[in-house]
Amino acid sequence: MDAVKGSSKAGALPLLLPAILFLVLLFLYPFAYGLYLSLTTAKGEPSLGNYLRFFGEARDFRTIWVTLQIAVPITLVNVGLAVPFAYYMRRGMRGERLITFFLIIPITLGTVLVSEGMLSFMGPKGWLNQLLLALHVVAEPYRFTHNYLGVVISLGLQGFPYAFLMLLGYVSGINPDLEKASQMLGANRWQTFWKILFPLMIPGIAISFCLNFVMAFSVFPSAVLLGQPSGPTRVISIAAYQWAFEKFNFNAASAISMVMAAIELLVISAVLVWRSRMYKGASMVGKG
Amino acid sequence: MLGRLRPSRLVFFAAIAAYVFIVLGILLTVILNSLSKGWFSGLLPPYLTTEWYKYAATDHDIPNLLAVTFTVVLADVLIALLIAFPAAYVLARQEFRGKGLFLSLLLLPMIVPPMTYGIPLAMLCYKFHLAAKVVGVVIVNLVPIVPFMVLVLMPFIEQVGTNLESAAKMLGASRWTIFRKVLVPLTVPGILTAGILSLVKAISMFELTYLVAGGKSQTIVVALYADAYAAGARPAQAVDALAVIYFLIAMLCLMISLRFVSPTQMVFKLK
Amino acid sequence: MKDFKTISVRGMTKRFGEKTAVNDFSLEFGKGEFVTFLGPSGCGKSTALNCITGLIPITSGEIWIDDECVDNTKTKIPPEKREFGMVFQNYALFPHLTVFENVAFGLRLRRVRKAELSRRVDTALRLVHLEGYAAKFPTQMSGGEQQRVAIARCIVLEPRLLLLDEPLSNLDAKLRVELRYEIKALHERLKVTTIYVTHDQTEALALSDRIVVLRSGRIQQVGTPSEVFSDPANLFVADFMGFKNVWTVRVKSLREIGGALEASLDAQGIPLTARMAWPEGDKRRTVLAEAFRTGAEMRTAVRPEDIVIAGAAGENRIACAATLVEYQGQASQVSATPRLAATSDDGSPLRLDLRTGSRIAEGGSFEVSVPGDKILLFPPTETAAEAAGWTP
Repeated sequence: MDAVKGSSKAGALPLLLPAILFLVLLFLYPFAYGLYLSLTTAKGEPSLGNYLRFFGEARDFRTIWVTLQIAVPITLVNVGLAVPFAYYMRRGMRGERLITFFLIIPITLGTVLVSEGMLSFMGPKGWLNQLLLALHVVAEPYRFTHNYLGVVISLGLQGFPYAFLMLLGYVSGINPDLEKASQMLGANRWQTFWKILFPLMIPGIAISFCLNFVMAFSVFPSAVLLGQPSGPTRVISIAAYQWAFEKFNFNAASAISMVMAAIELLVISAVLVWRSRMYKGASMVGKG
Repeated sequence: MLGRLRPSRLVFFAAIAAYVFIVLGILLTVILNSLSKGWFSGLLPPYLTTEWYKYAATDHDIPNLLAVTFTVVLADVLIALLIAFPAAYVLARQEFRGKGLFLSLLLLPMIVPPMTYGIPLAMLCYKFHLAAKVVGVVIVNLVPIVPFMVLVLMPFIEQVGTNLESAAKMLGASRWTIFRKVLVPLTVPGILTAGILSLVKAISMFELTYLVAGGKSQTIVVALYADAYAAGARPAQAVDALAVIYFLIAMLCLMISLRFVSPTQMVFKLK
Repeated sequence: MKDFKTISVRGMTKRFGEKTAVNDFSLEFGKGEFVTFLGPSGCGKSTALNCITGLIPITSGEIWIDDECVDNTKTKIPPEKREFGMVFQNYALFPHLTVFENVAFGLRLRRVRKAELSRRVDTALRLVHLEGYAAKFPTQMSGGEQQRVAIARCIVLEPRLLLLDEPLSNLDAKLRVELRYEIKALHERLKVTTIYVTHDQTEALALSDRIVVLRSGRIQQVGTPSEVFSDPANLFVADFMGFKNVWTVRVKSLREIGGALEASLDAQGIPLTARMAWPEGDKRRTVLAEAFRTGAEMRTAVRPEDIVIAGAAGENRIACAATLVEYQGQASQVSATPRLAATSDDGSPLRLDLRTGSRIAEGGSFEVSVPGDKILLFPPTETAAEAAGWTP
């Protein structure tokens, strides 16, 4: 890493310059500016007031809890379902292209279109409720939208394919002879999965968990369109948005986005620590 | 053995079928609704009409929406390519002090969600009078696209062996000639892949544009969100007509990109 | 380990769609035997191995261990319960586990107690000379070391049958020879019944008690290394065992001399005398007699090493000119054409391939002698051999 080739060093900088400028001007500087804003008052005096207000005011502070209540369960479900499904499809199957094509659609279309469609499809008069009524699963239309469930479903529709396709990439990259070897040593399918495939999938699981969580934690358009943005699904993004663009208090909004970033980074580091623990754990046993 | 396989196969395909049913249901509802008249209940609309498209076209100034959307997307892809290609080249080929730090900083905008850094970024746009202008929208959307491009391009550049460049050097080619005549032609597949994947990503990007755009600088997604948010301001069918236009554009891009990469690869790189 | 006397594979066939990868494979082998499946890539040897393990389900046929049915397509013992061990070409070590845990994997599944487990793993690692490697991860080791771990991982379970699928193919030449010796030594010591798959005839000859030569999913010959080496069943096996000098000949006369059969041959105009030590009742005697009677073509096969530069004495002398000389250190590989115009029906000249320690210049003339008892005779094609019932 530290090896610097005499000739390359001179040549590297001009080529990297646009990227460095980009990174500094469009990412680091705004971030630092946001941090600065969050630590000052509207008049520019240093103050912790923005943070104190956020943590002190129940209406804002509880958005963390509200967002976690949405993000954690759906991330667990997405990744938890993606693992067995990716395992099942690891050797490929007929119709794989078609299945993955359908999975990629909601990711490509984005949250806004999916939310807009869900409003009609899952609404009280939509096809889903018509089907459930016809099958006598429900006696009257079930409420899928404008509540917690609506937000969670929209996150599932986009998050699951994400986790699944990502894990499929991981699991199909595992040498198939490892499974055969495990079987030949006396392990059944279940044991092979838990002792060999699952541990080898952990890096993939960790990454897809992180990305899924981050996506769910910063949920914005679907929480507005499909939830109850004034109450039960007033997530942290909504709070930040309202402070910035409805009350025009950029200092308070900045504080909230800094809190968001902190929570996300905290979760990511926790997952990465978990991942390294799992690996270390596996390697320590051998010394016994 | 077979007996144990069958239930799992059943569960698998039932779940896939349910998923496909929901996705298709959502899409078909939107499409059908945009063409319907008087569809208040029942399985299918009683009448079909194209009037909502005419409505949306006049009411929304669709030509302008399309123009802004394509300007933003194409400008972002091209600018990002100009920034990302040289960076990807250096990262793929050379070791230098601070490379690890640079890479992780570069990847950070892909991990931190747009809503988080978008708010301070939007404030700067307001400060520098870039907000509500197309150029501002282009600039903010670069943030997630550039790192993404670097990530997609790097393996393609790594694939082109260094000995080709050495050979060109031996033949007396200058650095710039090598870049132009050897490296760029050989990485065309990578450039195409990176470009098309970024295009797909850029079309559906919402948050950053939403925070910065306004009035005449809206993209289709943002207009769609605004319509859906202000439910009742416009007829739902007209909103869905706009949604269908957006859907067609996104699907076209998706179809093109699937010619180059598989869905599994798209996810690994998307986001 | 359950004790047994013989493992028998009967009529094992594996089809993948239209393609038959293993065709009517029957073989019986005893406890402690080292059997090698030898053949070029795509001959079905690995598929046959995988069918025996149960990792690939067989299309038809049966596998028995004494009177225990392992597989008859309807009922089969799953691979994990067969108590077979398998070593893979790419090692297939579990990358997330240490060497110790890799070797202990099977023992843990069998709930072996800690003290015994530790003792058995240590013993296995010592057997493959990897003491002190227990805490390492596979990725920190060389290919040769990894393959030793893979072997230890199998033998620690004392399998009924050990299967090795081209275990040395991924290693470089020097390591390959080293590990080959060790596999041999390990077999001498443990006497584990072993099936070894390879495309390398040297490995097969060096290691095996018996060699099974395969081609397109069919067994070509089963025999001890020396049988396969010196008395190949057909031209395919002969070619695989390094025979060259495949000439088209017609039988001019045939007579019995002291238990051997002497045939006067005409090889595209060059007279040759071949002596076959085929015992009385050998099927090949009748086929040759038939060829003599009908004037049918036969083919010769002679090892390049067996052709000698003629001194004063020596039979089957052929004067020839060297067309290509390849120096290989101890000896040279020489291609030559006979001085006497000897052309086949299609007009191509006869080609001699020999290996000699003498110095021969390219284009130089010299005389060779082909010892009559080193000339093998075969029917010209596989179909002809099959029709005539040609079997050693």
